[in-house]
Amino acid sequence: METIEKKIVIIGGGPAGLAAAVAAYDAGERDIAVLERDGYGGGILNQCIHNGFGLHTFNAELTGPEYAARYLELMRARNIRIDYDTMVLSVSGDRTVTAAGPRGMVRYDAGAVILACGCRERPRGAINIAGTRPSGVFSAGTAQRMINVDGQRIGSRVFILGSGDIGLIMARRMTFEGASVAGVAELMPYSSGLSRNIAQCLDDFGIPLMLSTTVIEIRGRDRISSVVVANVDENKRPIKSTAREIECDTLLLSVGLLPENELAMGAGVSLSRVTGGAVVNDAFMTDVDGVFMCGNCLHVHDLVDYVSKESAACGRAAAEYVKAKAPCNTDKSDFVTIKTSGGVRYCVPQNITRSGGGSITLRMRVDNVYRKARLVVCADGAAIINRPRPIMTPGEMETLELDDKASTAVRKAEKVEVRLETEGVK
Amino acid sequence: MSGKTTNNEVREFVCICCPIGCKLKAERDGNTVRVQGNTCKRGEKYAIDELTAPKRTVTTTVRIDGGELPCVPVKTKDPIPKDKIFAALYIIKHTKLDAPVAIGDIAVSNVCGTGVDVVVTRACAAKNVRKE
Ligand SMILES: Cc1cc2nc3c(=O)[nH]c(=O)nc-3n(C[C@H](O)[C@H](O)[C@H](O)COP(=O)(O)OP(=O)(O)OC[C@H]3O[C@@H](n4cnc5c(N)ncnc54)[C@H](O)[C@@H]3O)c2cc1C
Ligand code: SF4
Repeated sequence: METIEKKIVIIGGGPAGLAAAVAAYDAGERDIAVLERDGYGGGILNQCIHNGFGLHTFNAELTGPEYAARYLELMRARNIRIDYDTMVLSVSGDRTVTAAGPRGMVRYDAGAVILACGCRERPRGAINIAGTRPSGVFSAGTAQRMINVDGQRIGSRVFILGSGDIGLIMARRMTFEGASVAGVAELMPYSSGLSRNIAQCLDDFGIPLMLSTTVIEIRGRDRISSVVVANVDENKRPIKSTAREIECDTLLLSVGLLPENELAMGAGVSLSRVTGGAVVNDAFMTDVDGVFMCGNCLHVHDLVDYVSKESAACGRAAAEYVKAKAPCNTDKSDFVTIKTSGGVRYCVPQNITRSGGGSITLRMRVDNVYRKARLVVCADGAAIINRPRPIMTPGEMETLELDDKASTAVRKAEKVEVRLETEGVK
Repeated sequence: MSGKTTNNEVREFVCICCPIGCKLKAERDGNTVRVQGNTCKRGEKYAIDELTAPKRTVTTTVRIDGGELPCVPVKTKDPIPKDKIFAALYIIKHTKLDAPVAIGDIAVSNVCGTGVDVVVTRACAAKNVRKE
């Protein structure tokens, strides 16, 4: 087997991998390989043909493919190579990457590995709906790819379960394709999608959003012919008396995303039970020396702009690491672990290196809809960050950028906590 | 000006111009529209448009002959009047391009007389020509 030595090997040529590569290059590293299993770069962006990407990064309202093209252009301008049609099969704890591609099997001995493999959709099996197993049931992302990339038609009367952004975007997309969309059901009493998507994907076309509602049965012999939906009580149990049948030939399931982390597990990386991604320090390094992670495989992002920003920081850190300049390590005694409480579900990074430097960015999600609340960062009991938030929802990632002073305070503290406060906020 | 609106009107809606999604309140008093709840200028313009002449950017796909892909994504270069969305989609659906195409190539010019072009948003090489 051919063996190639590389300073940095990046797995995945989606927005995360591309941003990491560009930033690592700009930090002075030239010996970079990006391995991508598809025949093109940009990852999931290629199927997100709607607009609304890049407002933060490029100050322009781009579609997904246009956003990807901007990054591919940055790659070309730097002459960073992407190996297409190259599937990474395994990563070991000593940073040996094995891949199958046009040149056959190749092994890379990497100075640093960046895992940027993205996420995949929760399969239908994970949500257990009673009834038959006819055709016409798709995950929303699969349907998005079939229509937008493969140019297929998939159905004419559609029902959608799950009101995350992909479900909402697909409601409009199916309407544009000439289908009628009977409704979008959401188990929770709120949508996890952006308000703008409820406005421009549902309200614009009179598509009903049914909150606290779920699909309890799928009917149909060869092809799905209807679904039975019912309201749910506070404990999310269907209320039988509210059951009603809705005719459809297509059911789209938009029930959440899971980080794609088989490779990480093979390398011995510890994963967080909350995010599904690795536990990382503020240099985005996992607990395996020299193995980094960013993008949707670290935690699911709703906006690609945030993916690019986070991944650029990861790429820079990896470049510093291979130059052996950066104080990033897996030494637990050097960590201050960030505790989360009071409605904050998780915080990435989970650990901050005491010996590290630079300003820290914390990314987090909350567990419910909160109005007029505050995000508070406490270092040894003292609030060092106290930011009001008019509204927070589980569907939108929250970002706290700490300035140098606050970052230093965090690195020096024994105990750090991020929490949400709702009292006394006007 | 659309005939639906009366002289005095208050409407509330979500700004769709960026992911923040501010809740806007627009009040029309005769010929002036007062906007509240917006964080930036774009929100004000959106609210005024929404009351007087609502517009949307339309994104869909166009079939392509002889390309590496069966279809390419397109968008209206600027937002078009909301009531022209389905007419525009009909025209785009009955359009076919020939590969290769580049980002920004015009797929349909001046769609439905809106003065707005429909442009390609993903490059597509001709079949069997290997990229790079
Ligand atoms: C179906 C779907 C729809 C979405 N829609 C939107 C949207 O409308 N707007 C928005 O802002 N965000 C959307 N997102 C979120 C979006 O995923 C992120 O914004 C962004 O694309 C994540 O970037 P990434 O690089 O982490 O992952 P991806 O874009 O998924 O890229 C990961 C890349 O890694 C490659 N890869 C994975 N495993 C391997 C391997 N073993 N070997 C080689 N290559 C590998 C994949 O082929 C892929 O190209 C959507 C996500 C999904 C899943
Ligand atoms: S008003 Fe400005 S900040 Fe608020 S949603 Fe609209 S564009 Fe975004």
